[in-house]
Formats: sequence, structure tokens, C-alpha cells
Amino acid sequence: MRRAVFAILSTIAGLVLLLTFKTQNPTTPALTAPPAAISPSTSTSTGSSSSGSSGSSGSSSSGTKTLTGTAADTRYGPVQVQITVSNGKVTAATSPQYPSNDPRDDEINSYAIPELNQEATAAQSAQIDTISGATYTSEGYITSLQSALDQAGLS
Amino acid sequence: MSRTIVMTTPAPPRTVHVEHCMGTVFSIDIRDPGPWAEAIAAVTAWLHRVDAVFSTYRADSDISRLQRQEMTIQDADPLVPEVLDLCQRMAAETDGFFSAYWDGQLDPTGLVKGWAIERASRLLSEHGSHHHAVNGGGDVQTVGEPAPGKSWRIGIADPLHRDHILSVVTGRGIAVATSGVAERGKHIVDPHTRRPADELASVTVVGEFLTSVDCYATAAFAMGAGALPWLEALPGHEALVVSSSGTSRSTSGLRL
Repeated sequence: MRRAVFAILSTIAGLVLLLTFKTQNPTTPALTAPPAAISPSTSTSTGSSSSGSSGSSGSSSSGTKTLTGTAADTRYGPVQVQITVSNGKVTAATSPQYPSNDPRDDEINSYAIPELNQEATAAQSAQIDTISGATYTSEGYITSLQSALDQAGLS
Repeated sequence: MSRTIVMTTPAPPRTVHVEHCMGTVFSIDIRDPGPWAEAIAAVTAWLHRVDAVFSTYRADSDISRLQRQEMTIQDADPLVPEVLDLCQRMAAETDGFFSAYWDGQLDPTGLVKGWAIERASRLLSEHGSHHHAVNGGGDVQTVGEPAPGKSWRIGIADPLHRDHILSVVTGRGIAVATSGVAERGKHIVDPHTRRPADELASVTVVGEFLTSVDCYATAAFAMGAGALPWLEALPGHEALVVSSSGTSRSTSGLRL
């Protein structure tokens, strides 16, 4: 039998900001991602149009790639993450789709996104392969970033 | 939504597939040279079969029909008795803290996802993969290593400050599951007191096989203050326990 070897390392890398969204009763923005909670995989793909919810690879030139994660539904609305990879490193992360029906959201997002930018880069420098600990409010977000990282194929 | 992206450069090879199923997202991450289309098709078919048989959200699933007593276990998909046997074993191993019954009604949901992921990983192995990770909604089974000579690095989300990763568990061929208060779906209830377990914020268990790792995490969460001593005595497993007040403690095999 294999002997599993465990080690645990502290890190302050972070990924998720969604719980900072405190709006009540948000409505879904124009983009309607199928609820992650119930969507079957095969029937609701919206393709890779610029407003679609499926992940897609973006532009690629001189070692720089922009990758867009799958939009994930959260109780605050769909959240999507886009990362830019240059020479194998995350250089930027933005959230092209996030709940914004309330002015307060914009205020929250305006600090959340720069923080996301920093956190995604930190996560990359921590070279995390995958995440454990999903929760129902943040799962969508983690999944979305993970999806983007998956596509980036970072090592 | 379903997509497969194959990346060939730079080494090491990596094939990633993301599948939405069972109310969550499964990430299949293969680190052997491909092609893997056939193996991935087998895995996704497997996951959707499990959903069709076990989903409590589908009126036509075997579990829903069993709950309505429209079907007997003998007539159900053969996966059902297999899972119920496992549930029974897990209930015995966890002093009844893991239970396949909710309000007296059969509901093996707590076991199904981890078991389905472990089996998905085994399917990949049967198709020739020696190095991969399957993550289903935050529960992870890894096989081999992500790159030659490297360990898998699995970030553990901080249950209280969700904008942070609490720590990173590293290892080869390990399974990691986290149970917590805000986990999708039902809150975890202590089956003995029938009250919601609220002493802990999360329990992460690391071991070799996800079916038991996931059940142990759920059971330990329900144990509250008793979780850490119980986990410490569990052979072949290590754990990280975060209390509701945010204190992290780990079993002695994990170096914090």
C-alpha cells in the first residue's frame, strides 16, 4: 500500500472575496449563467461568445494569454474570473462578470477586484494545484478561479 | 457546461476537463500525456449516472423513489446497495456520527460525492492515468504527482475568512475533504442530538481514499469538540480543525 506523506504549509494566499458582497436580494445581471447548483453539463452551454457563460481561451500572443473562467452562480449573482498569463505566470486577474445591480456592489467590487488581482497572483506564486473547502457562497467563486487556473495550465 | 482543454507545452503535459454535475463542479486534471477524451467521457458518464441514481433533487432518481417507497432496494440500481453498505460501514466507524438517514429518511448524499470522486479517479487509472487529481466541489482525490518529483499542493480555504487560503496540504496520492458550516446543501446535524453542529467552522481530513476521508470529515464536524481527539486516533489520516472562533488545530502528523 502506498504510504501517503502529508505536509502542511502556512500561506496567506487567498482567492475568495465573494462574502464581502453584502447586498440583499440582488437580481441577476444580464448574463444568465445556469445555476451551478442544478445545471446539467450538456444542455445549457452558451458557447464562447463574449457574453456567454462558458469558459473560453482568449487572445494569445507572444507568451501572453487571457483566459476566462466559467461563470459560476452564487446567491449574489453570477461571478466570473478572467486571468492574464504571461510566460506561465498570472499577471492580472479581473472579474468581467459580477453582481452589480446595486451601487453598493460597485463600491464593494471596486476594492474587491484589485484584491482579487493580488490574491490570484499570490495563489499562483503558492503554486496551488486545487482547492479543498468549498462553501455554498464561495464555491462558485473558487470554482470559477480554479477553472481559469485550470485553463492556464500553470505548473 | 462542459469543456476540455488540452495543454501540451510546456512540459509536463496536462489535460483539464470541467464538468457540472450533482449541483457542483468537477475538475478532472490529468498530468500524463494524452489523449484522454475516452477516459474523460467515461468519467463524465459515470458522474451523471451517479447523479441520476442518487440525486435527492430529481424526482425520478432511485433514491427519491426509494424515499417515496415506490421502489425497493432489490429493484434499485446495483449502485444503491453498494452505497448503503458503505454508509453502514461509515456509520459504524464513526460511532454513528456519519448517518445515511435524514429525519428518518434514507439520504446517502453525504457519502455519494466522495465515493463518486474516488471511483472517477479509479476509472482514470483504469484508462492508464498514473497522475491526476479529481476535485468535486472542494473534495479532492489525487493519484501520483502533478509533475515528476513534485507533490500535489491543495489549498485549504479558510472557513472564516473566505478571502484567504488557510494552509496548503501537500502530498502524493492523497485525498482531501473539507466539511464546514456553509457547505452547500444541508447543514451538518449531530445525529445523536439532532441539533446543528456549530462548535466548528470546518474540518479538513487528509488520507488515501476519498470515500472514507469525506465521511470522516463530515462525522468529525458533527462531533464538535470531540473531533480532534477522535481524528488523532484515526489511523492513516491527518486533519486540520478550525473552531467557530477561528482557532486552527491539527493532528500531530501535520506540521502547521
